[in-house]
Amino acid sequence: MDISMIYYLVPTLVMFCCGIYGFITRKNMIAMLISIELMLNAVDINFVIFNRYLFPGQLEGMMFTLFAIAIAAAETALAIAIIINLFRAHKNIDVSDITKMKF
Amino acid sequence: MSITLPLLILVIPLFMFLLLGLAGNKMSPRLSGILGCLGMGTTMVLAYIVSFTYFFSGNPDFVDAEAHTRLQWVVFNVDWLSFTDSLVIRLGFLLDPIAALLLVVITTISFMVHLYSMGYMRDHHGVWEKGFQRFYAFLSLFSFSMLGLVVATNIFQMYIFWELVGASSYLLIGFYYPKPSAVLAAKKAFIVTRFADLGFLIGILALSYYTGTFNFMDLTSSQLVSGAYHVNLETAENIKNIFATSAAPTFMGASVLTWALVLIFMGGMGKSAMMPLHIWLPDAMEGPTPVSALIHAATMVVAGVYLVARLFPLYLMEEASLEIITVVGAITAFYAAMVACTQIDIKRVLAFSTISQIAFMMVSLGVARPEFHHGIGYMASMFHLFTHAMFKALLFLCAGALIHAIGSNDYTDMHGLRKHMPVTHITFLIGCLAIAGIIPFAGFFSKDEILTATMGHSTFWYIWMSAVAGLTAFYMFRLYYLIFWWKEHKVREGHHAPHDQPWTMTLPLVILAAISCVAGFVPMGNLVTWNGHEMFPEGASFITNLKALDWTVASISLAVAIIAIILATVMYRKENPLPAKMKQALPALWDWCYHRFYWDELYMFITKSIIFQRVCKPIAWFDRHIIDGTMDGFALVTNKLSYAIRGFQSGNTQTYVWWYLIGVLALGGITILCLL
Amino acid sequence: MFSNILIYFVVIPVVMLGALALCRGMKAIRAVAVTGSLALLGLSIWVLCDYLEMRAAGNNAPMLFTGSWSWFAPLNINLAVGVDGISIAMLILSSVILLTGSFASWKINPLPKEFFLWLVLLSTGVFGFFISIDLFTMFMFYEVALIPMYLLIGVWGSGNKNYSAMKLTLMLMGGSAFLMLGLIGIYYHSAPEGTPLTWNILEIAQNSSIDMGWQYFLFPMTFVGFGVLGAMFPFHTWSPDGHASAPTAVSMLHAGVLMKLGGYGCFRVAIYLMPEAAAELAWIFLILTGISVVYGAFSACVQTDLKYINAYSSVSHCGLVLFAILMLNTTAMTGAVMQMLSHGLMTALFFALIGMIYGRTHTRDITKMGGLMQIMPYLAVCYVIAGMASLGLPGLSGFVAEMTIFVGSFEHADMFHRVFTIVACCSIVITAVYILRVVGKLLFGPVYDEHHRTLTDAEWWERTSTIALIVCVAAIGCFPNFFVDLIKFTFSPDIFAVLGMK
Repeated sequence: MDISMIYYLVPTLVMFCCGIYGFITRKNMIAMLISIELMLNAVDINFVIFNRYLFPGQLEGMMFTLFAIAIAAAETALAIAIIINLFRAHKNIDVSDITKMKF
Repeated sequence: MSITLPLLILVIPLFMFLLLGLAGNKMSPRLSGILGCLGMGTTMVLAYIVSFTYFFSGNPDFVDAEAHTRLQWVVFNVDWLSFTDSLVIRLGFLLDPIAALLLVVITTISFMVHLYSMGYMRDHHGVWEKGFQRFYAFLSLFSFSMLGLVVATNIFQMYIFWELVGASSYLLIGFYYPKPSAVLAAKKAFIVTRFADLGFLIGILALSYYTGTFNFMDLTSSQLVSGAYHVNLETAENIKNIFATSAAPTFMGASVLTWALVLIFMGGMGKSAMMPLHIWLPDAMEGPTPVSALIHAATMVVAGVYLVARLFPLYLMEEASLEIITVVGAITAFYAAMVACTQIDIKRVLAFSTISQIAFMMVSLGVARPEFHHGIGYMASMFHLFTHAMFKALLFLCAGALIHAIGSNDYTDMHGLRKHMPVTHITFLIGCLAIAGIIPFAGFFSKDEILTATMGHSTFWYIWMSAVAGLTAFYMFRLYYLIFWWKEHKVREGHHAPHDQPWTMTLPLVILAAISCVAGFVPMGNLVTWNGHEMFPEGASFITNLKALDWTVASISLAVAIIAIILATVMYRKENPLPAKMKQALPALWDWCYHRFYWDELYMFITKSIIFQRVCKPIAWFDRHIIDGTMDGFALVTNKLSYAIRGFQSGNTQTYVWWYLIGVLALGGITILCLL
Repeated sequence: MFSNILIYFVVIPVVMLGALALCRGMKAIRAVAVTGSLALLGLSIWVLCDYLEMRAAGNNAPMLFTGSWSWFAPLNINLAVGVDGISIAMLILSSVILLTGSFASWKINPLPKEFFLWLVLLSTGVFGFFISIDLFTMFMFYEVALIPMYLLIGVWGSGNKNYSAMKLTLMLMGGSAFLMLGLIGIYYHSAPEGTPLTWNILEIAQNSSIDMGWQYFLFPMTFVGFGVLGAMFPFHTWSPDGHASAPTAVSMLHAGVLMKLGGYGCFRVAIYLMPEAAAELAWIFLILTGISVVYGAFSACVQTDLKYINAYSSVSHCGLVLFAILMLNTTAMTGAVMQMLSHGLMTALFFALIGMIYGRTHTRDITKMGGLMQIMPYLAVCYVIAGMASLGLPGLSGFVAEMTIFVGSFEHADMFHRVFTIVACCSIVITAVYILRVVGKLLFGPVYDEHHRTLTDAEWWERTSTIALIVCVAAIGCFPNFFVDLIKFTFSPDIFAVLGMK
């Protein structure tokens, strides 16, 4: 094995940070959702990598990744539903306009 | 003596109060009046029997025949409220010379007033006044309280009934409650006497704390077992020692006993309208006139004198307190007599006259010393209390008859009534002669004894009090002439000519006038003395008082009175410009007298401008703004703080993420730092 | 458990709650309220008779009818009950006031059922408090009594009711916070080391194992905690607003009974369990309560709202209760309990009458009324009687209580106590001033508002309520020794000796 773990970890870190950056800066909720997916996927990849490099004899990491993907799918579906409903109510999915949920 | 009669004396008036108070509305006024009179009449008869038995039966319970000494007898005494083992308020019935004397005075005057009110409390058409039943209920309440006061066996029982007479006085002064002035007068009377009672209460507390008892007999004598009524000097020394030891610290230079006695006297000053607590009594004349006669002339206002007399052996231990009593009494006597010379309202003249006469009694107690004529001052004081009650009630009831006939309180509306109301005229004249001290009317004897006692103590106060006696004769005859002479009576438009009142009103006048004529001959020296010893052990008769007179003093005071009466005759018998000239000659003096030396204004200033404006209002403001403000301030700070931090909850999801991120990084950083 | 008679003081109100919940219509509600409170009154009189009999038979235990049932064993929390003379006096007071309060709210509107539900819940708390001798259950009942106040004032009140309800509840809860700290502190020092801890008052008093350092901390905590409810200066300010906004029956119960919880608790917990600290620290609270007495009276002199006058008067009178308790001697403390009884009854009478007058004239401002004696003589006479009781006329309850307190307070011979006793005595004059001011303005004098001439006098239920209270006030005033003997037992010297007091 020539390629060390670090070569996988750096791109996922970048990916994760992109996700955070996107989540904080994008005003469009769909874009924010995509950013969340980025972060989730970065984490998923990390799981697989750690499983592969640190505990090669086991499958927990893999299984967990599959589990997370499933959850993420459900979550995305839910989020999209909320966003669509919001859009129906507000004709707008700009997050900085949706500040009713406070106090 | 069995317990029945004395108990009935207290129970009948109380029962009448409850009956008339609760069921009065259901009865006709006539019935309630008759019931009230019957109740009081029965009480009077019972009181006469009890007093007569006490004074004249020779029962060894009441008198030690060999020593010629009258004794104290406790008829009954039941525990009412126990504070500690020794300090117990008992309600009882103490029979001794002054109590027996007061029983007679109170029931007599009260019955006269009950009878008189049957006529007075209805208008010229015979219509009963509104609240007639209530009036009789309150009269009964008052009689009950006053009787309870005089027969008290302990100082706290006295205080209880002391408060009750105050309350019944309040109710009766305010009898015409729709009238604002009556309400104000009632309130003033109650509050002023309440203030005085504060002193009384603290005095009682101090006295009872150091002596460990409320009982009069423990306080004033030691021989409880035999019930003897003379101070055992040994016990007197004991009580004095209690106060002299270090256990009883002195306060501001005076012993605690002195303080207690002076404070108790303060209570007496309030009830007996001594300066400077006299201001309520003239205003109390707002009440119906029979009430003024009963409460504010004859009975309740002498309660202060009675209190001092009751505790006299204690006062004797602290001569300083007696000196205070003398000075207060003498100044009040003079002041009230001055003011009485200028008043227009006839009831106010009589009220100031009452103040002045009570002050006479106080002075008499103040100058009484056992060394001088067996403490003649004490006897004289009680004697004057007795005669004054009779003739002053008479004068007030006459004034009531006049007011009822004329419909006004001012003598300016009267003048020249002697032909219109002959009975009232004669009885009023008898009252005036009695109070002026003309022989052989009642006031002559009692006042003479007082002056004798005063002379024995100090020449200065003797001259002072003689001058006041002269003033008394002057203002009473001024009043008499201005009512009955001065000029012909002018019947006002739309009024009948004034005439004498129905028998219910004139009969009490005649009876009281008769008593005023003969009361002076009662050999009081054998009945009431400070230590119970008879003054004339050889026996007394109706001329004892005449024989016993100090004729030097008597002739001087008689001369002073006659000169004063002549002066009054010259000035007021016929309409003439003399009084007006005098008024112009001394405008300032007349003004001050007319305005009662501005005492009321002073009190008004103190209560309204100082207590209300400078104490109550600031406290209320402080409560609303500072205390409440602080509590509201806590709420406000919490509120503001919540508003300040609620900005975090902006609703902007991305801000939350920022905070979250910062938090995670900070926590992570800290963890790493810790691990390193 | 149900063989103990005391438990029925809680059971009856709970049954009443159930019955009220099932009620349809005003008549049924009234029937339940009156029957229930009559049952409670009967029960308390029964307990009184039994108690006197047992005492006469020579039973000298500090508490009678004791019983204890485990409730939460790990923390040793029990439902422990027991009464002595003071608690019985308080139970009678509470049931009388609940009964008269039910009559006074005969025509409560709106939501009568809910009103009575909360009112009965409140009294459940009150009765539970007075029978408990377990600190934890006591505290629990205390809270049960406090919380319904918020709704009762907030929903059925008048005037600035939201503010008042909030203020009252928050201040009393603030007090409870102190109290809870104090109680938990007491619990952790309730027994010597190595023995199981207890919440039971009698056991704690027996152990007397709270060391001085902790007493200095716990005594002020509990005293202030209860003192807030006892309207101690400067924590009294909930009282004027709260009373002014509360509906009649609630004012009656609150001033008549709930404020007594404060005084009772101060004695039963703070002083009974920590006598040494009480003796050391009494002076601080004597100053505060001494101020209360005079301050409340002076404030009452310039108020124009009838309920404010009465509320400040309560501050003054309840101040006297705490003042007397702090004197720490038999006479004064007996006087304190007498004052609780007396004040409870007469202030309930006052609030009942004010409610009745307000229900007719629709104003409580004394400058806008006058001459009511000519319009509603019955109510006016009752008001005068209440006033006379308040200013201490002999023959009514106020006099007896005040005199006992003053005589007891005077037993301290040092200058500090003397001065404060005399200051407290001054309140009798100031009380006369504000009472007579009201009586003069409100009842006497000419009729102020001609429209008032059409108003009617009291109805029968109003008469029942006032007469019952007046009879009680007069009974205490005329036969004080009965009540004094009842109360005095707890304060008798040998029990003080157990506690190391004089």
